[in-house]
Formats: sequence, C-alpha cells, structure tokens
Amino acid sequence: MTRIVVVGVGGQGVLFASKVLSEAALMEGKNAVMSEVHGMAQRGGVVMCNICVGCIESSLVGDAEADIIFAFEPMEAYRALPKANAGTRFVTSTSKVVPVVVSIGKQKYPDVEGLFNEIRAITPKLTAVDADALANQAGSYVTANSVLLGALAGTAECPVSVEILKEALKNTVPPKTLEINMKAFELGLAAAKLG
Amino acid sequence: MNQLLTKEKGKKLFLLGNEAIVRGSLEAGLDFAACYPGTPSSEIGNTFFEIGKDANVYFEFSTNEKVALEVAAAASACGLRAMTFMKHVGLNVAADAFMTVAYTGVRGGFVMISADDPGCHSSQNEQDNRYYARIANIPMFEPANANEAKDMTRNGFALSEKLELPVLVRTTTRLNHVRGAVETGNLEPQRGKGHFDKDPGRFVTIPAHARIGHVKLLERMTKALVISENSEFNKVIDMGGSEYGVITSGVSYNYAVDIMGAAGIKGKILKLGMTWPLPEKMMTEFIKSVDKLVIVEEGEPLLENAIMALAKDVKPEIMVYGKRSGHFSVMGEYGPDVLKSAFSGITGMDLMPKNVPKASTPLPARPPSLCPGCPHRSTYYAAKLALKQNFKDAIFSSDIGCYTLGIQEPLNVADFLLCMGSSVDAAGGFSKATDQPVLAFLGDSTFFHSGIHGVVNAVYNRHKFVYTILDNRTTAMTGHQPNPGMGTDGRGDPAPMISIEDIVKGCGVDFVRTVDTSNIKEMQKAYEDALAHDKLAVIIAKRECVLLEIRARKKAKDFHTWQINQEECTKCQVCIKTWGCPAIYLADDGSVHINDGICNGCGICSKVCPFKAIHENTEVRK
Repeated sequence: MTRIVVVGVGGQGVLFASKVLSEAALMEGKNAVMSEVHGMAQRGGVVMCNICVGCIESSLVGDAEADIIFAFEPMEAYRALPKANAGTRFVTSTSKVVPVVVSIGKQKYPDVEGLFNEIRAITPKLTAVDADALANQAGSYVTANSVLLGALAGTAECPVSVEILKEALKNTVPPKTLEINMKAFELGLAAAKLG
Repeated sequence: MNQLLTKEKGKKLFLLGNEAIVRGSLEAGLDFAACYPGTPSSEIGNTFFEIGKDANVYFEFSTNEKVALEVAAAASACGLRAMTFMKHVGLNVAADAFMTVAYTGVRGGFVMISADDPGCHSSQNEQDNRYYARIANIPMFEPANANEAKDMTRNGFALSEKLELPVLVRTTTRLNHVRGAVETGNLEPQRGKGHFDKDPGRFVTIPAHARIGHVKLLERMTKALVISENSEFNKVIDMGGSEYGVITSGVSYNYAVDIMGAAGIKGKILKLGMTWPLPEKMMTEFIKSVDKLVIVEEGEPLLENAIMALAKDVKPEIMVYGKRSGHFSVMGEYGPDVLKSAFSGITGMDLMPKNVPKASTPLPARPPSLCPGCPHRSTYYAAKLALKQNFKDAIFSSDIGCYTLGIQEPLNVADFLLCMGSSVDAAGGFSKATDQPVLAFLGDSTFFHSGIHGVVNAVYNRHKFVYTILDNRTTAMTGHQPNPGMGTDGRGDPAPMISIEDIVKGCGVDFVRTVDTSNIKEMQKAYEDALAHDKLAVIIAKRECVLLEIRARKKAKDFHTWQINQEECTKCQVCIKTWGCPAIYLADDGSVHINDGICNGCGICSKVCPFKAIHENTEVRK
C-alpha cells in the first residue's frame, strides 16, 4: 500500500500528474483511488491531491500517513509536512511560485534551503529538482510536471515502474508535445538518480 | 471516442465520481439531461457537453437549477429517462419544483443529483441535502465510491420508474471528485422522442389534485420502504465481532472500514446506500445484534436521530456514540484523522498518529486570486479610481463567481455576499437603507441565472446603485461552460445570442453603458457618470476571460508578455499596491519585476504605471 500526497499551486498540472500516476498504478494491476481538487482552488490557490495505491477504501491521506509527498513547489512541500513521517520520501521542485501576499511585499517567502533542512530533520529522503530549468531545457516550461514525474520514477518508493509510468505519460500528453514531455521525464529521472 | 461511451461490458475504467454518474445514466438509457453548472457537480455537465451528441442524449445548460429541474421533469412526464444535477445550494433554487414533482410523480425514470460540499471547498455553506429527501419524501441513494456512483445512478432510473417517483442521488465533494475504478455494465436502449399523454388530474397541481397527489406519494413511499429493506445497497459488513456496530452512509464508510480494519476494532458495519426511506427493520435487527452503536455520518445527525428513536423501543440501554455524545461534529468534512480521533475516544485505544511533524516556519497564505490579465481586475480598478476617497465607505455587493476573488488584497472589493444573484438584490436594500455609494457586481452567467429579476425590482422600487455585469463571455469559475449570452448551447451548436444590454434596457434602465475593460480611462468615466446618476445605472464590463483569450492569441502567434524597464521604474509600487496582478512582484532589493512565466500579456499594468516604465516584449510566446 502506498499513500501519496501531491501538492502544488493551481495551474501547475498537479491534477494531470496525479492522474498519470494513478493510471500507471492501474496499468500495473494495482488498485488506486485518488481525491482531486476542482473549483476555486484552481485559481492560483493551494492544490492537493491524495492518491492511495493498494488495498484501501479511503481516498484521503491522514496526518503522518504519507509514504510519498510529491510537491510541485518548495513551500507547498513544506506545508504538507504534517502528512510526513520518518520514512516519507519527498520529491519536490525547487522552483518557487510566489504567492500574491509576497509579491506585494506584505510577507516574505521563506528561505527554501531552510525549509528543506526542516524536512530533512524529519526524513532524510528528500529529492529536490529544479523542475523549471529542466523543463526549459527539454523545450518548454509547461513540461515541468513531466520532469517531476520522471524524478518520482527515479526514487525507490515510487509504487510503479519507470517503464509503466512512461507508458502512462505517453497515453496522456497531447501527441504534439510527446517528444518534449518524454525528454523532460528523462531529465527528471536523471536528476533524481544524481541527487 | 470517449471511453464513457464504450459498449463493452465488464471493462474497468478509471473515472471521476462525476464521470461515473454519467456512465450510470448512459447504462440506464438516458435520453435527456439539463443542469446549471456548480462545483462540485460541474464535471457532470461538462461531460455531457463533450459527449452528449455522440451519446444521443439531449443536453442543455439551463439558465438556473429550477429551470433545469422543470425542463427535465417535463421530459420525464413524456416517458423519457431524464436527469438533472446541481450543487447542494442549487437545490435551494430548484426546491419549489422539487417538492411538488414528488406529488405528480414521474413517468420516465427521473434522477436528480445533489452535490453537497462538507468543508465548503467551493461553496458558501455546508448544508446537508439529505434533509431534502425527507422534506419532499422521495427515495435517496448515497454512494461511497465511484463504482457505486455509477451503479446507484443506473439503478436510480429503474427504481424511479418502478415507483413513479423522482429519485435523489446525494453525493459529496469527496465522491464527486474521487477517481477510482468503475466496472462497466451493458447499455440499455434509449427511447428517443417521448409523447405527453395528458392527465391533468395528476400533472396539474391545483389543491384538489395536490391532496390526491400527497396520498399517492405516501402509497409509493410505502412500496419504497419494502425496497429499501431489501436493497443490495444496504448491507452488513462483518468486522469480526459484535462489540461495535457502526452505522454509516456515503464516503464516511471508507474511513470507518479502513480504520476498524487497521486498528482491529471488532464489530460490524451497517453500510447504508439507500438512505430514504430508511430500512428500519434492518436497522432494528442490527441494533439488537451489537453491544454499542457508532454513527458515522458527515453533516447533520439524521441517521443518529432515526437510530435513537428505533433503539428506544428495542434496546433502550444501548450506548450510541455520535454527535450527541460529542464524538463527532456536524461541521466539516470527515477523513482518516477525524475518524481516528473519534474512535480513540470511543474505544479507549490510542489510534492517533504518532510524531506528527510540525511545520514551525510560518508560511505566507496562498489564497486563490484573480488570474494575471483577468478583465475583472480592470473593472474593479476603474471603479475604485472613480470612487476616489469615497471608496472606503462604498458598499461592494458581490456575487458567486471568479470575481468574488476581488475580496483579496489589494483590491478589497467584496463586502457582502449570500448566494447567486444576491449582489443586485441586496444592493437595492443597501441603497434604501443607507446614504452610502452602492455597487453591485455579478458575472454574465450569474446574470442569466438570477440577476435579471433584481433589475426589475430596482427599477420598480427606484433603487439607486451601480450594477456592473462582468461579461467575460463564459462561465469561468466552473470550467468555461457556455451561457445564453455566448451564441453556443450545451450541445456545442450555434444558438441565439441573448443581449444583456437589451434585457436591461427592456427592464426600463435608462443608464446602460457597455465598456471594454481594457480601456481603463473609459471604464473610469463610465463609473463616474454612473455614480452621479440618480437611479439604477448599469455598466456592462465586457471582455473575454483571459484564459480563453490567450488561447486565441497563442494560436494567432500574437501572444506577448510585458516587462518593467528597471531604469525607468521609480519603485513607486503603484502597480503592486493598487493593481495587484499576481505576475508583478517586489524583489528583495526593492526592485519591481514581472514574472514572465505567468504574465498573460494584457498589458494594462503599462497604463497603470505613472512613469510608463512597462513595455511589451517583442518576442512571441508560444
């Protein structure tokens, strides 16, 4: 059984990546239930999806229950910390999405390395990749979610194999962007294996 | 072909709860569907919009939930299988028709979906619509997962026809937006066109007929009770003992069965899927068979009240853990943590998670906000410019849609909101009750839903306020559904484009001005004139939703972002403190920049900048 919390900001493709991951689990013959977020939160708010792979009815992950926290934004990785335990694998992007209260100078965006150190104090298993930079390297900033899926595939905790996850991604992305998305996936995978 | 249309039986599809509802209706041979979009039910309508033609289902986006229910009720009276679906508060709008269609009964199977929202993920309240099945006295199902959503919808049609009653399928956000494996069944044949066989004694609810209708309803519900007692959806799950008898319905079942299993809590679960009428005999037998009762239901204590009443007769000494005992709340959404806490208190076991990490660094909040380039921002900005020092005292009567996000810093343009259409109605009240400037704001789709009668009322009663219809040419918040102003219908066909301006003028408004929101100067002038007008003044702030507009601009290879020239910028921060586009940010060194990754290229910030320091990039963005 694997419980996964996927977090990010509305518009980053959290739903898309969660669906690819769940579909991959089903392709491997595992059961998967996924809770999605729709509506108002998608307008730049915090988006959280829960995925439970294996023999379980609940689609929600409780406190300290997450096996994987899969984050599209570093501050949102940290916000999900109460879902983590000493064995949790974090896979996160290091690319910041600055909230409005910060961009208008009312609050400060916390130091990312400081947040990561706090995460490491709970679990040593932190994989951080610069998803935006790798996505641009792959050909477009919109492939950041494929970079992150690649990074997740590169961890031992990922409940599905690299090949199946690739297959699920291939089935989901628009044919036009297939090539750059696959390149993005490979870049993410390589980055995860390095770090 | 969309996978929902597959004729293959026994195929496993990975479906959203809302898609599973659509599949269930198709398996039942649905002919006819109507709705007004509302989250968490929106994807049901979006799916019909996408596949309605291929599925040979008549589908329409009606102007509001009451209209949708009545349109669908008529189709059912003609012998067609019909469905309508709405968010929980939508049923308040439709409630008038809802109550009486129970009296007339139905001919073709008629299923109504209510999508409740415990936890207020995207709603203004967390009302429990299970009450509605009780008020109208019609059968109700509560699915716990995507597969059950499909099965209960499908069976709902058959039951509806058998009893000649409408059937309510009550869902919640966590069901609508769960994605899980659904096994397909065969597709029953559709009926195509129906025929209305007249029967005024049944369908014309004058008092004499209504009294008979009520008798019929009670007779039908007596039959429904027998069905509920034997329903495959009401079942006992053995958890290895009889100490704790858990009675639950809907998604709460999932958390209960997981936690009892994981913690080894011995007992059994009565999982109720057909929850009105309640299977009282079955419940009574269950009560007799266990030592203690635990009632796990989100929302109001409806099962609990019924169980207390039943237990009083057969086992008055039994302990009932629920809301009365203080172990569960009527508020919020349940989940693993809520159940662990409750079961710890009930069983004395320590089920709470150990060493929950604390996120000790305070994080900036990230509330949803108006998108970069959103035309609503320009409208609000212009209204504030026109109000000048009066802004602080002006009352902004808001409504349901993206534009409610104007409540955020730095715009702060939402002061009052009840429900769909309340902006214009309440503005009239404010204008009579105070001498403050009053401005109402509502979107184009909301205008057609419930923003028209307020105009008639304001003209008739001589209210004085400024009513802005934010016409962004779509229903943006729920996922860009078409509306009557757009020239497209729910099947994607061309449709007459209803003119908001003509409607307002037809109601007798003598100040109506339509302005392109990108022209800030003209917008400001419109507000100055409107505020000086001595009666109701209407401004139609017209510009397509930026999310749709950039698609077109990208296609035309005419999408450019903007940047701030650091030499020209005086760091005055007017763009940040008054305009508040999420793409503009203040760097640590006090310099101001545009985030190129999220700039949607509207360029209005360049007009807001007093020093003309913002310029369009020449590079075309893909």
